[in-house]
Amino acid sequence: MVRTRIITIGSGLGLTAVSASALAAWEVNLTPGVTDVSRSVFDLHMTIFWICVAIALVVFGVMFWSIFHHRKSRGAQAHHFHENTVVEVIWTIIPIGILVAMAVPATATLVQMYDTSEAELDVQITGYQWKWRYDYLDHDLDFFSNLSTPREQITNEADKQENYLLEVDRHLVLPVDTKIRFLLTSNDVIHSWWVPALAVKKDAIPGFINEAWTVINEPGIYRGQCAELCGKDHGFMPVVIEAVTQDEFQQWLADAREAKAAEAAAAERVWTLDELMQQGEQVYLSACSACHLPNGEGVPGAFPALKGSPIALGDVAAHIDIVLNGKSGTAMQAFRDQLSATELAAVITYERNAWGNSLGEAVSPAQIAQLLEPTTGEAEQ
Amino acid sequence: MSTLDTTLHADEHAHHGPAKGLGRWLFTTNHKDIGSMYLWFSLLMFFIGGCMALMIRAELFQPGLQLVEPGFFNQMTTMHGLIMVFGAVMPAFVGLANWMVPMMIGAPDMALPRMNNWSFWILPFAFAMLISTLFMDGGAPNFGWTFYAPLSTTYAPPSVTYFIFAVHMMGISSIMGAINIIATILNMRAPGMTMMKLPLFCWTWLITAFLLIAVMPVLAGVVTMMLMDIHFGTSFFDAGGGGDPVLFQHVFWFFGHPEVYIMILPAFGIISQIIPTFARKRLFGYASMVYATASIAILSFLVWAHHMFTVGLPLVGELFFMFATMLIAVPTGVKVFNWVATMFRGSMTFETPMLFAIAFVVLFTIGGFSGLMLAIAPVDFQYHDTYFVVAHFHYVLVPGAVFAIMAGVYYWLPKWTGHMLNERMGKLHFWVSFIGVNITFFPMHFIGLAGMPRRIPDYALQFADFNMVASIGAFIFGLSQLIFLWNVIACVRGGQKAEARAWEGAEGLEWEVPSPAPYHTFATPPRLPESLQ
Repeated sequence: MVRTRIITIGSGLGLTAVSASALAAWEVNLTPGVTDVSRSVFDLHMTIFWICVAIALVVFGVMFWSIFHHRKSRGAQAHHFHENTVVEVIWTIIPIGILVAMAVPATATLVQMYDTSEAELDVQITGYQWKWRYDYLDHDLDFFSNLSTPREQITNEADKQENYLLEVDRHLVLPVDTKIRFLLTSNDVIHSWWVPALAVKKDAIPGFINEAWTVINEPGIYRGQCAELCGKDHGFMPVVIEAVTQDEFQQWLADAREAKAAEAAAAERVWTLDELMQQGEQVYLSACSACHLPNGEGVPGAFPALKGSPIALGDVAAHIDIVLNGKSGTAMQAFRDQLSATELAAVITYERNAWGNSLGEAVSPAQIAQLLEPTTGEAEQ
Repeated sequence: MSTLDTTLHADEHAHHGPAKGLGRWLFTTNHKDIGSMYLWFSLLMFFIGGCMALMIRAELFQPGLQLVEPGFFNQMTTMHGLIMVFGAVMPAFVGLANWMVPMMIGAPDMALPRMNNWSFWILPFAFAMLISTLFMDGGAPNFGWTFYAPLSTTYAPPSVTYFIFAVHMMGISSIMGAINIIATILNMRAPGMTMMKLPLFCWTWLITAFLLIAVMPVLAGVVTMMLMDIHFGTSFFDAGGGGDPVLFQHVFWFFGHPEVYIMILPAFGIISQIIPTFARKRLFGYASMVYATASIAILSFLVWAHHMFTVGLPLVGELFFMFATMLIAVPTGVKVFNWVATMFRGSMTFETPMLFAIAFVVLFTIGGFSGLMLAIAPVDFQYHDTYFVVAHFHYVLVPGAVFAIMAGVYYWLPKWTGHMLNERMGKLHFWVSFIGVNITFFPMHFIGLAGMPRRIPDYALQFADFNMVASIGAFIFGLSQLIFLWNVIACVRGGQKAEARAWEGAEGLEWEVPSPAPYHTFATPPRLPESLQ
């Protein structure tokens, strides 16, 4: 057992080395990005960088010149001056002047970045441990976006692909040439939504709604990551934006709404235990296994085991309740809004019948769909 | 002036030398013993925190998860930060202050010797408690050394309570240490040593001590609020109960930013002692150094929110904190210019302490430049929470604070041990460290700008090459510290006999007493040497 593990790790390392060198990049600088704001940020960055380089050349130049010429081994005699008011005033005033010169363009850019008025599209972004939820506020559409890199690539059992750790199951699709306002908040801990190509980084904080905006100039795929430590899988919740033309965006919206309706209809039909188990495994791996682990054993002291657990083997109503509504004060989230009725039924069925939990009974999607409706009503009251 | 009464000292030794055995260290009130204990403790913590850093760099050597689970990785980054800040850097400075402040001002000991003993002996218990969390169910704190709520409250492992009490104990220790240093410097200076004749190391420590007294209670307050939220049902930081997670960050950084200067001001002091010695020339702009230090300390209370540019501060807030932060470049610049002007037209030699001091000036200044870049709020949106920030604060802390501590140790070792350092080994340590530190931290600027967030155990492939370079550098730097350990032990055990004035250009009262300094110095107030009159 130990031996196979070592071999797996060994071959994994080999694979990593190959794929890493194939895709190697020695990128050393900020991206200029694809928005007007990101370009002014880039220009500001380069301006300040060159100012720093110039100051460094002067200061270190004088220092190394002294180190070379005023050394005892070259017979240098120490002089006795130890203060000079004029010089000291000059080297206080000059930096102040340089700082003012930096502050002026910085202020202008910042003022521009804070102008969230007159947005044409509002997208609410909610951080969850460890995924993003995107809600197109005026278009009755919302969905979660999860990391889609297969587990085997992370554990070095498969070759890493080009967008390793920067790929998701559902892109945030946005139109170009449109002023988009992002409204950011969080469901649990603080996250930070960052896309370098847009120069947008804003914290998603529970209880707060932060604002940011962008106008994307070029269609394309832009990738980013969560920037604020948010727990165990902080490194595994990327952001992927797909910027498309306005027409394509309208088409995508229509398609996405249609798909949503089809999914709701699927909950109406009867599912077999095998079908539920099959889908349940997939849902489990994407939504649950980060904490409860793929083998259902959990992490002692942090995340409880599901294998043989009293909830997974006990009363089905209690099991459904904790999955739908979460457990407050813990990392267990409410999944009622995150998963469809079918997915919820499948994953609960899976948890009750996998890893030696064998109750043999299925939870039907229709049963869950029923539960989802009345409580939504209560919440609205 | 080496006419100091050596017979008197010899006499005193007879009846009043160090106690024998373990009791000497447990019950000592001698500033030299306590200083040594602080320094050894700090070195131990430096190695423990360093091993954690190496574990982090080993995991990041290649993309993919190889050695540790993400949860454990977060425990390592958290514990590495806490141990290095509170266990290695701060106690090292207190240790240097204990040894040197009384000798520099001509005092027989610290003003409050018994409290001094206590402030040291709290530390081993605080850190034993902190490190023990690694073995608890749920693991050690895993929310970063900045422990932002609610990750550190609602979502924290149970060990967070031990962390809170460990922080309380460290805080008590620091506050007592600070009170002691203030009382000593203000009350126990030799006759004629006015404030404006105080050696700069004492000045910077005096100002640091005031910072400590001002902000350690704030830290204690914020962890107590966490404790209340976790165990007593309050909602200071819980939005669900009407609290405010951003409040945590305001309070934390109101402590945290002055804390950053607590870790660098004494380093400025050490460098300001060393450069004049090896340039054989008085420090340029003594008065402006004092004023610059004080300005930095005052400004440090007005810039905390520059750590929070992305939390959604109002525009006016962003502008205020951006301008205030940029302003810090002015007094910091004055200091760098003064050091360069001290070297200018001096008569320099480059023994190990001087090499570390020069490296400090260069590399700390590079950290200062990236700090200036980070101050620009609109650009900070791109830098914030990336490896660019990691590069920045490691440049000011490792080749900054840590190099200054090593420079200070090498500079004063002859006074402590009575032996000169083996220069060849000292230079070897310097060059390997210097190269290692730059290979480790310079590429982090690049991966940060290219878009790699900090505190992640695994990363996208475009960051792979520089991460590998940084990891190699980290192992070079880490291993080179074994040379440091060897040097210190070798110097304690033997070596060329050191003169009272161990370095040719050294000035100040500490160089008027014999090397090694007797167990009790300045039992009667000394006359100031000519250079100080």
